[in-house]
Amino acid sequence: MESPLLDIRDLRLEFRSYRGVVKALDGVSLAVDKAEILGLVGESGCGKTITGMSVLGLLPRQQARVTSGEVLFRGDDLLRKSEHEMQRIRGRLISMVFQDPLASLNPVFTVGDQITKVIREHKRVSKKAARDAMCRALSETGLPTHKTLLHSYPHQLSGGMRQRVCMAMAISCDSPLLIADEPTTALDVTIQMQILKLLLRLREELGVAQILVTHNVGVAAQTCDRIAVMYAGQVVEQGPTVAVMKEARHPYTMALYECLPQGKSAQELLTIPGSVPDLIDPPAGCRFHPRCRRVLDVCRDVRPPLVEVARGHRVACHWVAEQSGPVRIPPES
Amino acid sequence: MEMRRTPILGMWGSYRTRHQAAFEESRYSLRVFLKDRLALLGVCLILATIIVAVAAPWIAPYPDQGRGASNVKERLEAPSRAHPFGTDASGRDVLSRVIFGARIPLMISSVVVAAVLIIGVPLGGIAGYIGGWIDELVMRITDIFLAFPALILAMALVAFLGPSLRNVAIALVITWWPWYTRLVRGMAVSLRQRPYVLAARTMGVSQWTIIRRHVLPNALGPVVVQVSLDVGTVILEVAGLSFIGLGARPPQPEWGLMVSEGREYILSEWWISTFPGLAIFLLVLACNLVGDGLRDVLDPRTKR
Repeated sequence: MESPLLDIRDLRLEFRSYRGVVKALDGVSLAVDKAEILGLVGESGCGKTITGMSVLGLLPRQQARVTSGEVLFRGDDLLRKSEHEMQRIRGRLISMVFQDPLASLNPVFTVGDQITKVIREHKRVSKKAARDAMCRALSETGLPTHKTLLHSYPHQLSGGMRQRVCMAMAISCDSPLLIADEPTTALDVTIQMQILKLLLRLREELGVAQILVTHNVGVAAQTCDRIAVMYAGQVVEQGPTVAVMKEARHPYTMALYECLPQGKSAQELLTIPGSVPDLIDPPAGCRFHPRCRRVLDVCRDVRPPLVEVARGHRVACHWVAEQSGPVRIPPES
Repeated sequence: MEMRRTPILGMWGSYRTRHQAAFEESRYSLRVFLKDRLALLGVCLILATIIVAVAAPWIAPYPDQGRGASNVKERLEAPSRAHPFGTDASGRDVLSRVIFGARIPLMISSVVVAAVLIIGVPLGGIAGYIGGWIDELVMRITDIFLAFPALILAMALVAFLGPSLRNVAIALVITWWPWYTRLVRGMAVSLRQRPYVLAARTMGVSQWTIIRRHVLPNALGPVVVQVSLDVGTVILEVAGLSFIGLGARPPQPEWGLMVSEGREYILSEWWISTFPGLAIFLLVLACNLVGDGLRDVLDPRTKR
């Protein structure tokens, strides 16, 4: 079997803060194959963005400490790279787009200027060649390559155009992996759809693998091949989108779906009781157990391992493991 | 027959279309700025001073006296048609000397400001963006300089280097750069947190490029305002140091020195000190008006 493009193995990451050590990521394992879109779903503060940032080594080195694990990109451990080596990787092999496209563009330079600068930062090419690459990237994202756009400043564009510009910048160096951190959150619903379609097109046409970080389950369901659900710095459930959506096993994932607004009145809006745990002093055992409806005695002391319940569908829950008993996955034919 | 644009106009035209957006933006800022009558007055005064300074040999009625040649026959004459501002103790035409004197503050202030920017701005950007011990080191050095009152420090330096206009410029640069370093450093610290800086880092941009392309250009607004407000102060300090005998040497036509030379005669021959003093007053006022106007345009809080 071919090894995945990006393979995060048992990543543990801590932040030092005044109140104590925040265990932001606790044994996160994820894999992204070539031309695959992996959705990273969870509440605010569950570690989705941190995971994305740690892949690129963008966390402040003084406060954030990786205590164990590795981030393998094409078999290379990114955590062992120097800052200088990472600079060559960022944007060229792995790039990232953010939630607020206006804030992530420099207000004092034109759009065209910013994209060509990124290209020339990574490739020793002439201005002309950089401009051609920029135009290719722009048309890939469905933007006109007319000079009116190239000579516009970020604040003169609409939200959707800005996000497309950010994406054009991200793909301008043909990076095989794109980390999209809530790329649609700041946009209205119609533009959201366009951007999601664009993500799919990038995958179809350019084979760009993606990690789509989102808190919106619907967005993940529409776009991703596989979904990983995170809770309090851990992956609690991951598998193919259909499996995770239709046959969610983890009580947290199920509770998350129940919270999706479907009813017709405000009374029908559900929430998960309790709140996200304090990661300085997380609950022992399963981190979800104080809020869990299916809590067992064992949940309070023992951390549940990720168990495969169907092919490629893994869940970290004692209750699920107990219910389904020892699972036998038939060997791959 | 086809009309052909001249190459210069053609270049201008294509430049304009290429930077259409920038033009609209700056035209807007310019309009706001020009609506400010006082700022406009300031600009006019400064332009007038520049023109006078450049054209001094042609418009001064007595150019050689303006440069310092004495004319003892006509000393201490009251303002008249021949000498609109009167003559000084050596019989030199005060008007000619005021006209020639316009060159000195303009030259010195531009040299001082340029040097201060070259030293202070990059240093502040580096300290603020990189942080850590570099930041600590640079900030403690600026603290040392800022611990002394600026004018006293400048006086001590000129006294040490020897009185001359060149040394005044050096002393002002040494006392002034820490302000800009601190200003830019503060901006850089806040700009470091901006999403576009993070975005640039995700695109693999090196920290020097980020400082050069993302931090410094975005820190420039407050720096420009500070410069325009400080030019007046620089002019005032040059005049002040010359007044107490630490700057220009006689017979240089320096306004502060001229005020000082007229001190003995202030009660009877008032014109010797008054006209150079007025010139200082008007130029400094003009600089401050322009500074205030620029602040209104460039401060994002008052924009739109």
